[in-house]
Amino acid sequence: MKFKIILTIILVNFYSNVFSGDIVDENKIHKNLRCLVCQGQSISDSNSEFAITLKMVVRDLVDQGKSEKEIYNFLSDKYGDWILYKPKLNFGNFLLWFLPYFVLFIGGLIILYLIRKNTKNT
Amino acid sequence: MQKIIKIASSIIIIFILVVFYLSLNRSTDYNTENIVGKKLTQIKLESFENKNFFTNETFKRNNFTLINFWASWCAPCRAEHPLLMELSRQKNLKILGVNFKDKKINASNFLKSLGNPYHYLAKDEQGKQSINFGIYGIPESILIDKEFTIIKKFVGPLNIADLNEIKTITNSL
Repeated sequence: MKFKIILTIILVNFYSNVFSGDIVDENKIHKNLRCLVCQGQSISDSNSEFAITLKMVVRDLVDQGKSEKEIYNFLSDKYGDWILYKPKLNFGNFLLWFLPYFVLFIGGLIILYLIRKNTKNT
Repeated sequence: MQKIIKIASSIIIIFILVVFYLSLNRSTDYNTENIVGKKLTQIKLESFENKNFFTNETFKRNNFTLINFWASWCAPCRAEHPLLMELSRQKNLKILGVNFKDKKINASNFLKSLGNPYHYLAKDEQGKQSINFGIYGIPESILIDKEFTIIKKFVGPLNIADLNEIKTITNSL
C-alpha cells in the first residue's frame, strides 16, 4: 500500500514537472533582466520607465508563445549580454562558470593528500 | 605534493588579484558597441499622422536613415533639435523621428515652434517599439545604411562632433 502511495506521488510530481516546463515564469525572467538605467537592480525591483516598458515587452513575448530562452536571446541581441544577470556561456566568461569547479577539484585533492598523509603518520 | 599546493594556491591568489584589478578598472556603463553592425530587420512603426505603418520597405531607397527617438517633454531633445534641422538638409540622409511616450498635441506644438526635421514621423506611445531598437532612454539616434545595418548609435543628445561624423559618413557615398 505504502509503495503504491509513494509511486502515485512520484508520478504526479513527474507529470506536473513535465507540464510546468511549458509555462514561462515572467517573474523569473524579470529577476534575470538588468535594469540598465538603475544601480544594480533587476527590472523586477525597479519601477523606472525602462523597467516598466521592458516588463510589458516580456509580457507580449510570453503571450506570443516565446520561451524563456528565446526572450533572453531577443533582449541580449538588442542590448548585449549585459542585460542578463545570468550570462550565457561563452569564451569570455568560460572561467566564471568553471573556475569554482576547478577550485573545488584542487581543494578536494589537497584534502585527500592531507588525509592520506595523516593516516600514514598514525 | 606540498610544492603543487603552493603553486596552485599562488595561481589562485594571482588570478583573484588580476580579476579584481581588471574589474575595478573596467567601465560598467552600458555601451552600444554590440549593436553596431547588426541589421534592423523588422522595423514596424506606426505613423504619427495616421494609422499607416513604416516598415523596412519604406526606407530601402534611402542611402542612409537616421532614426531619432524624441519627445516634447525631453529637454535634451530640445537641445539637439537645431542639429537635426541641419542634418535634414543633408543630401544622402533621411531622418525618421519616433515620438516616444508623448502626447500628440505637445509633440505637434514642439515641431511647430522648433521646426520639423523629420522626413518620416512615427510614434511609440507605450515605448514598446523602442526595445526593438535597443533604446533605453531618450534622446537616442541610430544611423543605418541602405541594408539596414546599424553604422552608429548615439546615446544622449547629438552634439557638434556627432553632427560632423554623420555628415562625413553620409557624404562618403
